[in-house]
Amino acid sequence: MSDMIKITYREAIKQAIREVMQKDERVFLMGEDVGNYGGAFAVSKGLLKEFGADRIMDVPLSESGFTGAGIGAALAGMKPIVEVMTVNFSLLAMDQIVNNASTLLHMSGGQLNVPVVIRMGCGIGRQLAAQHSHSWEPFFAHVPGLIVLSVGTHEDARGMLLSAMQSPDPVVIFEYTFMLNLEKEIPADAGAVEIKKAKVLREGKDISLITYGAGVYKCLEAAEALGEEGIDAEVIDLRVLRPMDEETFLNSVKKTHRALVVEEAWKSVSISSEVISRIMEKAFFDLDGPVERLCGVEVPIPYPKHLEDASVPQVSDILEKVKKMLKP
Amino acid sequence: MEKKQKLDAKEGQRLLQQMILIRRFEEKSAEEYTKSKIRGFLHLYTGEEAVAVGVIQALTEEDNLLCTYREHGHALARGVDPNAIMAEMYGKQEGCSKGRGGSMHLFDATKNFFGGNAIVCGHLPLAVGMALAAKKQKKNNVTCCFFGEGAAAEGEFHESMNLAALWEVPVLFVCENNLYAMGTAIKLTHSVQQLEKKGPAYGIESAAVDGMDLLAVMEATAKAVKTIKEKGKPYFLVCNTYRFRAHSMFDAELYREKSEVEEWKKKDPIPKFQEFLLKGKLITAKKITEIEKAADAQIQEAIEFAENGTWEDTENLTRFVYSETESI
Repeated sequence: MSDMIKITYREAIKQAIREVMQKDERVFLMGEDVGNYGGAFAVSKGLLKEFGADRIMDVPLSESGFTGAGIGAALAGMKPIVEVMTVNFSLLAMDQIVNNASTLLHMSGGQLNVPVVIRMGCGIGRQLAAQHSHSWEPFFAHVPGLIVLSVGTHEDARGMLLSAMQSPDPVVIFEYTFMLNLEKEIPADAGAVEIKKAKVLREGKDISLITYGAGVYKCLEAAEALGEEGIDAEVIDLRVLRPMDEETFLNSVKKTHRALVVEEAWKSVSISSEVISRIMEKAFFDLDGPVERLCGVEVPIPYPKHLEDASVPQVSDILEKVKKMLKP
Repeated sequence: MEKKQKLDAKEGQRLLQQMILIRRFEEKSAEEYTKSKIRGFLHLYTGEEAVAVGVIQALTEEDNLLCTYREHGHALARGVDPNAIMAEMYGKQEGCSKGRGGSMHLFDATKNFFGGNAIVCGHLPLAVGMALAAKKQKKNNVTCCFFGEGAAAEGEFHESMNLAALWEVPVLFVCENNLYAMGTAIKLTHSVQQLEKKGPAYGIESAAVDGMDLLAVMEATAKAVKTIKEKGKPYFLVCNTYRFRAHSMFDAELYREKSEVEEWKKKDPIPKFQEFLLKGKLITAKKITEIEKAADAQIQEAIEFAENGTWEDTENLTRFVYSETESI
C-alpha cells in the first residue's frame, strides 16, 4: 500500500490535466479563461506558463463554437479537453454535444471517432442562484453515444480524466465546484481509474445508499453517523452515469434488501428515476420495502443560504430518511 | 478570361461529366423516391452543380470536406463511389455510412468526406476544429465547409467565422446561396443580403461569385485556396446559385413563382458549360452524348448495386453507439 497524501479536489484535477498533457502531444486544453486568468476556478492556474498558449487555449465566449471546434479537432486526430466553464452554459453547446459528438460514430457507420473530453463545473452550494446552480447530469446521461462521468471523490478527480483521455468516444465529465477546496487523502501514486463501473465506497448490510457527485461525501458522512447508531449502510458511488453500471447497485440491493437513492438533480426524470426503474425491473423480489429517494426540490435554486440548503438533500435528511425506512 | 483558355479538353470533359452525373443522379433519386425505394428527407442539388464541382476540383485529396444535407453532388464530385451513395440512400449496409445515415448523412473517411450534416450550421464549428487540428499538426491541407445562406443567419456561423479568423486556421467557408432557407426568401432572413459583406467584419477575406458559372467558381476557388495556403487564414466564398427543384420531396413550393424558376433555368450551368466547351472545340456533340450515356449507365449500375444490397441484421442495431475498440 502506497503512502497517502492530502490533496484538494482542485489540485487533483490539475495534476490529472498536467499528466495527460505531458503524456500525449495531441492533448490540449481549450476553454473560457483557462489560460491567462488561470481558470475560472483556478483549476488550470500555472498551466499556461508550463505548456504555452497553443496547448492551453483561451477561447471567446462561444460555447457552441469552441465545443464544436473541439469535436472537429478530435475528428482530425487531436485529443482536446474542452472546458465548459460551468454546466450552466453548456446548453449553448448542447447542439454540438448531442447532435455531433454523440452521433458521428453511429451515423457514419463506425467510420468516425470523436475522442473529445468535455469537462464542466457544476453543482449547488455557493449561493449562486437559479442560473448558476444547475445539476444537469440527467440531460447528458440521456444521450446514447456519450460517456458521462461524475467526479464524486478525490481519487476520481485525480484519475477519471486519465482514463477518459484514452476513450475513443466523447466523454462528458462533471466536476463539483463547491468541492474544489475540500482536502482529502488519496494514495500518493493515485492514477488512472476505471470508468466503466460504479464503486462500493463503504460496505454495509442494512441499506444501500446509491448516489453520485455531490451526494457521495454526504452519504459517506451519513453512513458513519448511522453506524454509530447501529445501522450498517452501504454506500455506492455510481460514477459512470452513462452507460450505467447496474450490476454494482443491483448486487448491493440483493444483499441489503433496501435502497435509498440520493442526488441533487431535480427529482422528476432524473438519475434516480433510472436507478429505481432498474431495481424494479431486476431486483424487485429482493426488496424488503419500497425504494426511496432524496433529490433536488423542483424549484429554480434560490439565492438565500437557508433556501438553497433546503433545495437539496442534506446529511440530516439522509439520516432521518434512513431511520424512517428501517423503523420496524 | 485567361483561366478559361487554360482548361484543356480532358479536364473540361471530366468536369462536364461530373455535372451531368450529378444532375442525372438526382433525377434518378427523385424517381426512386416516388417508388419508395428512398425514404426520409431527400434534398436534391439540381441547378447548383457548378458550385460543388467548381469548388471541389480545386481541392486536393488531403483537404477535408464538410457538407450539408444536400450533399449528393459533393460526394460524387469528391469521388465517393456512386454505388455506395445509392446504397446508402436505400438504407442498405453496403452504403457509404453502412445505411445508417441515409441521404442526409453520407460519410467516407477514406475520401476525407465528413458528411452529410443535417443540423443547419452545426458543422461549421467542426470545420474550424478540423482546420485547427491541421494547423497544430503542421499539415498543409485546407478544410472546406459548404453551407447555405440559411446557415449564415445562425449564431454558429458568426462564432465560427470569429474563431477561424482569431485562430488563423486554413478553412474555406463556401456559402451556397440558393436564395431560400427552405421556403423563406433571403430578403426575409438576412438584414444584409450581400453575404460576402459579413466576412470583413471578422477580418476574413471574402468574395462573391456567380454560382451558375462553373468557370467563375473554379477561378474564385483557385484564388481562395491560394490565399488560404499563402496566408494560413480562412476565406469566405459566396456562390450565388439557385435550386431548380423543391427544397425536399415534401415541398409544394408555395413560396416562389414558377416564372422565377424558369428564369433561373435559363442560367442552367450545364448547357452553359457545354456551350463553352463546344465553342472552344474542347468537346464534340457526340462526346457529350457519350458522357450522358455513360452517366446513365453508371447510375443504373448504382441502382442495381443498391437493389442487390442487403439489410443489416436488427441484432446489430446498437452497433457504433460506442466504439468497438477500447482506446485511441
